Amino acid sequence: MSIFLNENSKVIVQGLTGSEGMKHGRKMLAAGTQLVGGVNARKAGTSVEIDGTNVPVFGGVEEAMKETGADVSVLFVPPKFAKDAAIEAIDAGIGLTVVITEGIPVHDSAWFWAHATANGNRTRIIGPNCPGIISPGKSLAGIIPANISGPGKMGLVSKSGTLTYQMMYELRDIGFSTGIGIGGDPIIGTTHIDALAAFEADPETEAIVMIGEIGGDAEERAADYIKANVTKPVVGYVAGFTAPEGKTMGHAGAIVSGSAGTAQAKKEALEAAGVKVGKTPTETADLARSLVS
Amino acid sequence: MDLYEYQAKDLFAAHGVPVLPGRTVDTAAEAERAAEEIGGSVVVKAQVKTGGRGKAGGVKLAQSPAEAKEKAEAILGLDIKGHIVHRVLVTAASDIAEEYYFSFLLDRSNRNFLAMCSAEGGMEIEELAVERPEALARVPIDPIAGVDRAKADEIVKQGKLPAEVADEAAQVIVKLWDTFVGEDATLVEVNPLVRDPESRIVALDGKVTIDENAEFRHEAHAQLVDEKSQNPLEAKAKESNLNYVKLEGGQVGIIGNGAGLVMSTLDVVAYAGEQHGGMKPANFLDIGGGASAEVMAAGLDVILGDDDVRSVFVNVFGGITACDAVANGIVEALKILGDNATKPLVVRLDGNNVDEGRRILAEANHPLVTVVDTMDDAAAKAAELAAKAGA
Repeated sequence: MSIFLNENSKVIVQGLTGSEGMKHGRKMLAAGTQLVGGVNARKAGTSVEIDGTNVPVFGGVEEAMKETGADVSVLFVPPKFAKDAAIEAIDAGIGLTVVITEGIPVHDSAWFWAHATANGNRTRIIGPNCPGIISPGKSLAGIIPANISGPGKMGLVSKSGTLTYQMMYELRDIGFSTGIGIGGDPIIGTTHIDALAAFEADPETEAIVMIGEIGGDAEERAADYIKANVTKPVVGYVAGFTAPEGKTMGHAGAIVSGSAGTAQAKKEALEAAGVKVGKTPTETADLARSLVS
Repeated sequence: MDLYEYQAKDLFAAHGVPVLPGRTVDTAAEAERAAEEIGGSVVVKAQVKTGGRGKAGGVKLAQSPAEAKEKAEAILGLDIKGHIVHRVLVTAASDIAEEYYFSFLLDRSNRNFLAMCSAEGGMEIEELAVERPEALARVPIDPIAGVDRAKADEIVKQGKLPAEVADEAAQVIVKLWDTFVGEDATLVEVNPLVRDPESRIVALDGKVTIDENAEFRHEAHAQLVDEKSQNPLEAKAKESNLNYVKLEGGQVGIIGNGAGLVMSTLDVVAYAGEQHGGMKPANFLDIGGGASAEVMAAGLDVILGDDDVRSVFVNVFGGITACDAVANGIVEALKILGDNATKPLVVRLDGNNVDEGRRILAEANHPLVTVVDTMDDAAAKAAELAAKAGA
């Protein structure tokens, strides 16, 4: 087992024909992903050849789903067009959309999230501004380097991309059921809590590593969730203890979240929920290792 | 990007939100002339991107142009929470009947927007939120539905604004929403939103944060960047499209790939520094996933130009770009920099092709470069070298 993505997932790439889409389409195929198609309205009916595999290009997500049975889309479209691409995936009712694109205006993310919610949340959104999701040995939907770690019993959820890689690499001796980078943007689809709930329910996952960073109160909320709902051991890491105080002028942000959003506040919340929090990524990996061996 | 009050008010005015006439000036003499033009009594307000200006002596009433000059002299150069005042806004003084609070902002937790409104505006809004939360209305806004007149009426009602101003306040709120959406803002805050003796509603202050990701559809926003008060190193980094933030009081220069890993690197260096004379990170610099030779050279160039830096910690995880490519990038970067590279570099590489990457660095055998295998040990080495260099 794994969460959100497995060996049966049929993946299409929105923006496959662009340079990023092609580069990572190739890596996804090499990682074992069933890459069944690409989407580009201007190149509908054509196909691209990637390392000997012929990948058809469709005019839209709905058509691609009908023709291939795709249930996952990965977005590599530029920020300007990301909102429309996400809405297209949501309207087609695809099960999972992974938005890799960095630099999407937050009003656009807020809009497509609201649109997904209005559509009954049929589409799980991961990201935006994220490295995607990998179930090692099974499938990769995104840009996580597939060869840094193998399959195993850890689950990982992280805001940061490179810290995801760092942690998967440090724990390559144990391996992962699934690793997810949920993205660090102010508005994201899948949250720490969503991933924690799925890992808790996944029989293959024995322990969970959760990586957070300064800003917002997602980690504090995750801590509350862990306390009430998670029985599997969780290890945490929070980045940003020495980051300069935010330049936000208004008081409004702090009033809303009810938390300063500092790394210290997040660490304390997690520890209060019984989560062991490492001081450095390496110490965190050691803590995680001690839980499963 | 946070805006100055005068910039926020310019945006308000462009969207039809009532503001008082004012002029922004850099000198006391100009403040005097501005007061003359505006006529009557004026308020001289420090333009800094932080709150608490009033308490810090950054907002003063002046009855005459001569007094405006005097007040501007006192305010210019003030240090308000680490922000030096380079500019003041001279604005008509308003007679205030009542002060309200209003804001639109992003609500990360609920993944939508929020309007906050209170009949009790003024300075202590944070305390009000804690002590009497019922006095501060919080109204969720659906990003797609937005704020029409009916929604604005609801906000006014929940904020308990007086009936006499309800109509005009709702009109202003719709215009503030136009500002919020039209400018791709993540925060629009007016405190106070005032009622004058004629029961007109005026935005007496303004705090606006705009989303830099939306630059592609707002050409005019480029003019809002305040180059004058930008740190010269940050300006130089921006020219090379580097994500760099200077940190005061640090000695260890930091380069890494990916924001999370770099933030983590700062923390690890600060911990290690506790054992080495209190050495601290001197900057945040994320060179992104690619880590090419050119980008590495540009990054090193910025960091080595920082006089505070005594050692540099290069912390790269080789993912998509494997360690051998990163190692070649470092070697090339040092060639490009030549004699300009003068400070010791501690390099930690890990990830894909790490052995080849370390071999390349060992073979290059550059006198300034020390390769350390783990992040924690490398941070300690960088802190140790910085402490030594300062001794």
